[in-house]
Amino acid sequence: MAAPMLRWVGRGRLWTFARVDGGSCHRREAPTGSTSNWIRGQSSVAQQPLYTTQKPRKGEHKWAAVVGLEIHAQISSNSKLFSGSQVRFSAPPNSLVSFFDASLPGTLPVLNRRCVEAAVMTGLALNCHINKKSLFDRKHYFYADLPAGYQITQQRLPIAVNGSLTYGVYAGKKQSQVIPKTVRIKQIQLEQDSGKSLHDDLRSQTLIDLNRAGVGLLEVVLEPDLSCGEEAATAVRELQLILQALGTSQANMAEGQLRVDANISVHHPGEPLGVRTEVKNLNSIRFLAKAIDYEIQRQINELENGGEILNETRSFHYQLGCTMSMRDKEGKQDYRFMPEPNLPPLVLYDATSLPAGADPQQVINIDQIRETLPELPSVTRERLVQQYGMLLEHSFTLLNEVGLLEFFQNVIKETRAEPKKVTSWVLNTFLGYLKQQNLAVSESPVTPSALAELLDLLDSRTISSAAAKEVFEELWKREGKTPGQIVSEKQLELMEDRGALEQLCHSMMEAHPQVVMDLKKGNPRAINKLIGLVRKATQSRADPAMIKEILEKKLSS
Amino acid sequence: MLGRTLQEVSAALKQGQITPTELCQKCLSLIKKTKFLNAYITVSEEVALKQAEESEKRYKNGQSLGDLDGIPIAVKDNFSTSGIETTCASNMLKGYIPPYNATVVQKLLDQGALLMGKTNLDEFAMGSGSTDGIFGPVKNPWSYSKQYREKRKQNPHSKNEDSDWLITGGSSGGSAAAVSAFTCYAALGSDTGGSTRNPAAHCGLVGFKPSYGLVSRHGLIPLVNSMDVPGILTRCVDDAAIVLGALAGPDPKDSTTVHDPINKPFMLPSLADVSKLCIGIPKEYLIPELSSEVRSLWSKAADLFESEGAKVLEVSLPHTSYSIVCYHVLCTSEVASNMARFDGLQYGHRCDINVSTEAMYAATRREGFNDVVRGRILSGNFFLLKENYENYFVKAQKVRRLIANDFVNAFNSGVDVLLTPTTLSEAVPYLEFIKEDNRTRSAQDDIFTQAVNMAGLPAVSIPVALSNQGLPIGLQFIGRAFCDQQLLTVARWFEKQVQFPVIQLQELMDDCSAVLENEKSASVSLKQ
Repeated sequence: MAAPMLRWVGRGRLWTFARVDGGSCHRREAPTGSTSNWIRGQSSVAQQPLYTTQKPRKGEHKWAAVVGLEIHAQISSNSKLFSGSQVRFSAPPNSLVSFFDASLPGTLPVLNRRCVEAAVMTGLALNCHINKKSLFDRKHYFYADLPAGYQITQQRLPIAVNGSLTYGVYAGKKQSQVIPKTVRIKQIQLEQDSGKSLHDDLRSQTLIDLNRAGVGLLEVVLEPDLSCGEEAATAVRELQLILQALGTSQANMAEGQLRVDANISVHHPGEPLGVRTEVKNLNSIRFLAKAIDYEIQRQINELENGGEILNETRSFHYQLGCTMSMRDKEGKQDYRFMPEPNLPPLVLYDATSLPAGADPQQVINIDQIRETLPELPSVTRERLVQQYGMLLEHSFTLLNEVGLLEFFQNVIKETRAEPKKVTSWVLNTFLGYLKQQNLAVSESPVTPSALAELLDLLDSRTISSAAAKEVFEELWKREGKTPGQIVSEKQLELMEDRGALEQLCHSMMEAHPQVVMDLKKGNPRAINKLIGLVRKATQSRADPAMIKEILEKKLSS
Repeated sequence: MLGRTLQEVSAALKQGQITPTELCQKCLSLIKKTKFLNAYITVSEEVALKQAEESEKRYKNGQSLGDLDGIPIAVKDNFSTSGIETTCASNMLKGYIPPYNATVVQKLLDQGALLMGKTNLDEFAMGSGSTDGIFGPVKNPWSYSKQYREKRKQNPHSKNEDSDWLITGGSSGGSAAAVSAFTCYAALGSDTGGSTRNPAAHCGLVGFKPSYGLVSRHGLIPLVNSMDVPGILTRCVDDAAIVLGALAGPDPKDSTTVHDPINKPFMLPSLADVSKLCIGIPKEYLIPELSSEVRSLWSKAADLFESEGAKVLEVSLPHTSYSIVCYHVLCTSEVASNMARFDGLQYGHRCDINVSTEAMYAATRREGFNDVVRGRILSGNFFLLKENYENYFVKAQKVRRLIANDFVNAFNSGVDVLLTPTTLSEAVPYLEFIKEDNRTRSAQDDIFTQAVNMAGLPAVSIPVALSNQGLPIGLQFIGRAFCDQQLLTVARWFEKQVQFPVIQLQELMDDCSAVLENEKSASVSLKQ
């Protein structure tokens, strides 16, 4: 298979991917097979983009990047992983701290059932093997916001292993096709979040907020199957959608509910992997892609210039757009892992292993959780494609924008218009306006009902599509008016009076004999000019198709 | 009244022979008189008197909460007590006042017990002498007993008596001294490698270590989480059973407590006939370091069972000799981990250095922990290093499993209870004890007790007789996991046979009448 290649020129210029959903390292043809069943997951692990330097030496000097991710998702739960403290974002500092969270001596962890269920659910959704027995470990390091001096995690035997995550990257000439890719999931482990340190440099103080300390996290460890920022970004986005669909995490990156660390290295294909760096604190999907691509290129440059890559932790500086060595940990940390002695092994059951007469409050049944799994994004997309006949990439867009799918479905529910029409209006017009003004779906001035009514007007041929655009524009600007009101106020109803329209066409032809001559000379496109003139005269209220039909009839007669 | 057992004084309270307040005041006054023993770190006089007042009301209204209502108790200073300083005898926790009660403390208070105070120990319970805490060593009340003093007078070589006091053993030495000196009727200790049984043996008390998982550890400041158990120190087995009855049971705050229903309350059936009983004597416990007196008592005890018709078998616990080194690895590893939270940030000691967080941690921990604790932290961290983990920690865990299996095999061979020494010899003088360092002492002194903690089994030390020097010697019974009741039943039968003498402290205390009121005749059936 010919590997896609990206060459670049210009010494010292940094190579970056411009957009997560745009410029790409995947200039490949669409895969064989229909697009609707790709979700079932062909592995695309082997396809890695290669990078070449600006000055190829003897032969091509190609680089391949290897990227692995560790993703921390805060579990959506009323209380913390091992204590009864509430979990709430932006509560007053240290207001959600139990004695255990503050690590008062003598306190013990008590596992939160909800967190275990969330982990099992997530594991099932990510095609993992759920371990019937898993263990908790202590990971030691000193940090001011880690009051116990260790974090309880699952290092030796995590709750779920060997899964996969299928995501789609955009490809094709217009970046409009979606190619399925799969990244293997090494494991999912339950662990505690740390508190937060707030550094006050002015007073050289560090303030500690333990509200977050002990909140349950799912650490999802991806195998290093990714090869560029865009792949990482789309994989994380897909994971985010899955977690949100499951309700196991709100996965809001801005609120820190989803945090990603990336392990990155480069090497020449066929040669051993290079030394890797870890880039931390990637708190948006856009920065994730940027940081990874920056780091890949930095490593290539470093190696090309005879330098070496240090096994170090780097952070992404989003203002400067570059990664920087954190240098806060001297040498390698030894976390001195040890079994957590205060928690017995976590034992899960399935229908076959469930002991008879077991108290349902005391056991967790994997099969029961499997039955409650909601529709996953990949299935939703497939359904959208089948039910509404939309393109797969449209289904991706519908799911990727927060709230857009719900908006779309609400419009569909209330309108008689064709689903294809709805898709087109939602994805082109509606989304276009949102993007232009940088608004979220929830901030839209146009409600699903208003759009549905507008599409009904269009569908019933009460207005032309041009008029519909105008109505939409009005809806966007002036809240509180229904499309019907706008149409009647602005007299945008389609001219249904054929006689009047024929009259108008006739006088327009008479007024523009030159155009009629052109047409008769055999320039069929000249008719568009006439159509345009008639429409203008009707203030766009006439149906262009009807105008065309009348004109053609008159011209041929 | 003070010399009575818990059960007896409980009956006296019920009959109105004495009120809880009177009892409380008597104990408080004795605590003051015996202050030099250094048994208590904190005396919670006000709390105790208030509790006594409430208990008195209940008795007046006929609403007694049970056997423990109005009974003065003491708690080792490594159990969290709400509003009462809890130090672990360490600079690190000096001044630390927990906001909550350990489950066991709460359960005792819920039963109406009066908390007299918090008792002394080795720093963070690391030691076997109760000599290594910041509040100084605990003195064994037997140092001042008539029995011991008379023997010493007979010995022309005896040195100055005042500097020649004896250690209590440890690490729950304060609790042992408190019960032994009649300042309370029962005390909580903790037992990780023998810390309850060892001082019980040296102070002539019953020291009971319940099965791991039977009693909640919530609020017990941990030494080794996988071995720690709250221990009970009393004057007789029945008292231990009463306290166990109050403490045992699952705790939602401790996930390692077991949910299986346990017979409650722990009323011990009277055992008249031991002929159906099989007593195991582990041959590996017969070691050269064992004093001849203890060895002789041990064998007499076995003979006693045999003569009463019990089957006495020699059994083998082949991995016993690996127990000490295995314990060392596991204990220090968990210690290193458990002590990580003491960083001076949120509670406890914090140094004055503030150039950086790291410098603050280092200085705080250097100042806050003694050499013993720091030494264990260092070794523990060494064993947990990535390159050492497999060779030390994992191997030690495997050995632990072998040790536990030794017991399983012994019990599977038909043995009901194992009979062993508790300590190598009777209590030694402080000056003698400190000739060896803490680590050596702990390794020597835990030799008979610690394997039990590895296996999570119940065990109890019963005072058997006085040595030639007039000092108590204890023997240990080890039972099957969660067969605590059976174990105590056998122990009580044995206790009745040996009639261990009551400590005679009249020279020590002016108030001898109170102490001697219940003095029993010193019939020592097993005495050589």
